[in-house]
Amino acid sequence: MTNHYIDLKNSDVILIMGSNAAEHHPIAFKWILRAKEQNGARLIHVDPRYTRTSARCDYHVPLRSGTDIAFLGGMINYILENNKYFKDYVLNYTNASFIVGKDFYFKDGLFSGYNPAKRKYSKDTWVLEKDGRGIPKRDMTLSNPRCVFQMLKKHFSRYTLDKVSSITGVSKEDLTKVYAEYSATGVKDKAGTECYALGWTHHTTGSQIIRTMAIIQLLLGNMGIAGGGVNALRGEPNVQGSTDHCILYGNLPGYLKMPVASLDTLEKYLKKCTPVSNDPQSANYYQNYPKFFVSFLKSMFGDKATKENGFGYSWLPKMDDGAAYSLMHLFEKMYEGRVKGLFAVGTDPAVSSPNTAKVRKALEKLDWLVGENIFDNETYCFWKGPGVDPKQVKTEVFLLPASASMEKEGSQSNSGRWVQWKYKAADAPGDAIPVGEITIKIMQAVKELYAKEGGVQPAPILNLKWDYTDAKGRFDVLKVSKQINGHFLKDTVIEDKDKKTRTEFKKGQLVPTFGMLHADGSTSGGNWIMAGSFSATGENKMTRRGKDDPTGLGLYPNWSYAWPVNRRIIYNRASCDIHGKPYNPKRKLLEWTGDKWVGDVPDGPWPPMADRAKGKYPFIMKQDGLGALFGPGMTEGPFPEHYEPLEGPLAKNPLSSQLINPAVEIFKNDMNKVASADEKFPYVCTTYSCTEHWCSGALTRWQLWLLEMQPELYVEIGDKLAQEKGIRNGEKVKVQSARGEVECVAMVTKRFRPFTIEGKTVHQVGLPFNYGWLFPKDGGDSTNFLTPTVGDANTFCPEYKAFMVNVKKA
Amino acid sequence: MEITRRGFLTMSGAIGSGIALSSLGINLKPTRAYADELNKANKIKSAKQVSTVCCYCSVGCGLICSVDKMTGKIFNIEGDADHPINEGSLCAKGAGFFDLTEANKYRLKKVQYRAPMSDKWEEKDWDWAVNRIARLVKDTRDKGFVMQNSKGELVNRCESIGHLGSSNVDNEECWLMSVKARALGLVYIDHQARV
Amino acid sequence: MKAEIVKLIDTTKCTACRGCQVACKQWNEMPAMRTRNRGSYQNPPDLQWNTWTLIRFQEYVDDKGAFKWLFRKDGCMHCTDAACVKVCPSGALHYSEYGTVGLKSSLCIGCKECASACPFDVPKYSHADDKIFKCDLCLSRIRTNQSPACVKSCPTGALTIGPKDKMLKKAYARAKELGGDANVYGDKFVGGTHVIYVLSEKPEVYEELPKNPAVPASIVLWKDILKPFSLLVAGGTIAGAFLHYITHGPKLPDENGHDAEGKGE
Repeated sequence: MTNHYIDLKNSDVILIMGSNAAEHHPIAFKWILRAKEQNGARLIHVDPRYTRTSARCDYHVPLRSGTDIAFLGGMINYILENNKYFKDYVLNYTNASFIVGKDFYFKDGLFSGYNPAKRKYSKDTWVLEKDGRGIPKRDMTLSNPRCVFQMLKKHFSRYTLDKVSSITGVSKEDLTKVYAEYSATGVKDKAGTECYALGWTHHTTGSQIIRTMAIIQLLLGNMGIAGGGVNALRGEPNVQGSTDHCILYGNLPGYLKMPVASLDTLEKYLKKCTPVSNDPQSANYYQNYPKFFVSFLKSMFGDKATKENGFGYSWLPKMDDGAAYSLMHLFEKMYEGRVKGLFAVGTDPAVSSPNTAKVRKALEKLDWLVGENIFDNETYCFWKGPGVDPKQVKTEVFLLPASASMEKEGSQSNSGRWVQWKYKAADAPGDAIPVGEITIKIMQAVKELYAKEGGVQPAPILNLKWDYTDAKGRFDVLKVSKQINGHFLKDTVIEDKDKKTRTEFKKGQLVPTFGMLHADGSTSGGNWIMAGSFSATGENKMTRRGKDDPTGLGLYPNWSYAWPVNRRIIYNRASCDIHGKPYNPKRKLLEWTGDKWVGDVPDGPWPPMADRAKGKYPFIMKQDGLGALFGPGMTEGPFPEHYEPLEGPLAKNPLSSQLINPAVEIFKNDMNKVASADEKFPYVCTTYSCTEHWCSGALTRWQLWLLEMQPELYVEIGDKLAQEKGIRNGEKVKVQSARGEVECVAMVTKRFRPFTIEGKTVHQVGLPFNYGWLFPKDGGDSTNFLTPTVGDANTFCPEYKAFMVNVKKA
Repeated sequence: MEITRRGFLTMSGAIGSGIALSSLGINLKPTRAYADELNKANKIKSAKQVSTVCCYCSVGCGLICSVDKMTGKIFNIEGDADHPINEGSLCAKGAGFFDLTEANKYRLKKVQYRAPMSDKWEEKDWDWAVNRIARLVKDTRDKGFVMQNSKGELVNRCESIGHLGSSNVDNEECWLMSVKARALGLVYIDHQARV
Repeated sequence: MKAEIVKLIDTTKCTACRGCQVACKQWNEMPAMRTRNRGSYQNPPDLQWNTWTLIRFQEYVDDKGAFKWLFRKDGCMHCTDAACVKVCPSGALHYSEYGTVGLKSSLCIGCKECASACPFDVPKYSHADDKIFKCDLCLSRIRTNQSPACVKSCPTGALTIGPKDKMLKKAYARAKELGGDANVYGDKFVGGTHVIYVLSEKPEVYEELPKNPAVPASIVLWKDILKPFSLLVAGGTIAGAFLHYITHGPKLPDENGHDAEGKGE
């Protein structure tokens, strides 16, 4: 989230799209309703299905799964055609005025630089024109036909009401109603926000859906303000923290980039990863990248990381350039027999991964599997699953009992980036211990084996700093959290020339802010964004429970710790005009008082940008300092474009000749079947969770109070379709896709209605993904038998939200 | 009279390992009790109150665990009325948080091992399991380690071991797993952010 | 008697998250039962001896053709003129000092008269315990200045509790603010209930919600004339049988027809 949960109360219009907030984030929805009670906020729900969220919103607008970019693209067109954008903000705080390079073009669904054989773009032409000093050229009149603003306008002029309505199945009246209400927030004293979740990320176009919304928010001046932002309501208790610490193939802790093979030295790597801006008004905060990266290597390898050995850079694994190693890639390779061992910690991919039949076959090819969890699940028990003969499965399986959340001390980060400390309430039962302790034990044993026997490339293992136990040899969580925060590794004096201060720190003291990290090996920092979670003297800010709220906006600056540097709303300098005066004095997030900022922790101490000498642009993490309407970082183009899902009801994209996202990776083994616009699978299908279960249900199905309320797998079917098929409410049906089928209970409802798409009736159905064969025994199996192995072109989030099925009486 | 969410189940000024408000020394064996006999409200007064954070969605609601000081067992969990986000309230999953404690009979309590071709779990101790896992990790890594890719570039990676999870453990545990995986040279590293 | 309290259920703020349904079970330590999906989110299908608060889900199309998904938290209404208290021969069901209806389980003899008498079909019988169960509005919590488990868990303010006059005022103000068919349900019958609804639709729209709940006439007869006498004479069992004969004749009533064990798995 750019903002945080309580901040939802500060909004005037809340668009919930790609989220079922009332069901999946019920306490977030409390703050959404608070906005309605306190500000008379309008609540709009756009979703294929009428849900518990729809029931409490002002109105619900159904749209066909997988057409969000079309819907939002229509909104951009509406905003630009009707001059609803916030001119001051767009001009000063976005790259609207930048001039796009002359070789860039868009034609019939493709941007310049496409290579159809590789399904990839060369981004050479996706560039901005620069002046002699290397600063982007600007046209502050926004009239140059090659300026970003005009290019954006032209691109989305194709998203007419007729076209969008035909693609999405939303009536033109409903489109106009949403567009008009939402774009009314493009003024100084109104805030509009958007809440999304897996309903946006689970598409082959997921990242671009979110970008389309970010463009809308920039056009309306809704970024960086109280009650605004683009807010991901994330789905796991510490998915924010686990993402921050990057247990992900592409990044190292703190979103540092995972090295690739062509960057064979630290120098080359740092040069590639450290952006340069020649514009003195761009803070270009990532110019500090080397400080963060070297401090990370120091935390990982301790004294063994030296300037001479490149701080151990060569010990890190390198990915192949352009390759991805996501969950889907992992199961592809496992199915091919090339992955031999797997750690599965607190996860149940035999239920949660796409194309379950393939995933379960792949697991049988493992030599060993280590599971760590508080309950058993379908992954750990795959060898005795339906249709599997244990006598044919060679895999050694370890199931290690873990402590539950309240049985261990540590921190957890919510979506609003609040890092909250939790305490241990009781011992775990039996031999269960925290996952942290399991991790320490296993790695310690591996280190000892390498020390004793040697082996292939032992250096990173032997040199890994791994002293996170207490005197009794147990996991010492504070040692780890302090290592994450970072330490001074020698006596250090920090001078601030502007403030004329000089502060001395002793070797071993905690680093109080990431601004004090160094690239010379004199500081360590396990994750730079967490530097400051402790004070230099050791106060653990994550434990704080202060309830003061000086701004009245619900920032609670003394409750827990929010990264970065306790900033509660990021990009907050954009809430003020170029002189630092709040656009909306009624919701004063930040104000420049002539010598300092007052309010939230500002995005940097510099004066506002009207001060041409010292002032900085507000989007300090962007190379150019401004919000990117033109975003060349994306895989499939600098502007979002509607493409159909991998499997959809249409044989032709109504907007271009490109049916699906041209940049998605196609997985091609024998189990990856696809059936698009195929009469055998005529219904659009989507999958989701419910309030009573969580994710694969691997925790909640074992809890009988929850199971009692949602005991088994069901498919929600609109009453019109059910009538056509002769399906009665509560009877058993089979849902089938090209990849597999599941049996479940039909829930016949008025909450799914047929769409009219390109003049034809299209029905949609949906199933929860919370069930598996292990428990309860008669509760149904994984919905992901139906889903295809394909993912977003940038993130590889699988396309769980739009594919094609048939429904039959069982 | 005004009944609010606040009351004795708050943590203001009493944070840390938990502070008992009184000690009545009641023996609290978990029993099936019904409303009138049950005087849980009184039991709570004598309990240790420990704050925690919900382990489901990412809103980060606060909860208070009431722990019997005699047995060290948790006997009640409800919302933290002082918490600025949830203000004591909880959804269905949060309200059922107690069922994640050892009161849930399905919790894993022992190390389980399934041998090749076997059709059952067998109980093992930690030392045996950890040593066996370390052996398998080392052998798999040594055998499958890739020093150079097809272009001859130095890559130092282990493609034969994957690491999945986890978004439902604490930050400190995440960080340890993240660096452990890199030290081993793993590249197939992923967690629930994607699914 | 202390000041009367009222729990207000504003159905227009309910998101059916069912925090209340589980919080009730958690606090009162009641087991779950194995259910099936019958084509609805509503589960268990009805109140049970071990389910004292239940969210009802109802799809409804109004006379203007507008689709609505109605959520109603069902449970004991805590009547002032409570049929269950009137018929209870053992004193298990009684009025609390707050005007709500408490249940002393140890005194219950399992006669099930309350189940037949209740106009809202609330008390439920457990075979295993041979007793009746229902919500007591978390009396032990109220007595220690804690809101009931359901109220505390409610995220949206759909459930609130407080002094009767204040809550009634709040209810009427809310109904007025909502306009249309919105109405207050509960204060106009059985002497006024201590659980009051704000409903968005007319009461008759809601499933299992009586339009004009009343104490059955036969029970009025029993309470005013016969019960004082029987309690003097004998313990509950005889009184229960006697009452049964008076109100229903010699035949045994249905025993709710629910799963006896109520166990999970």
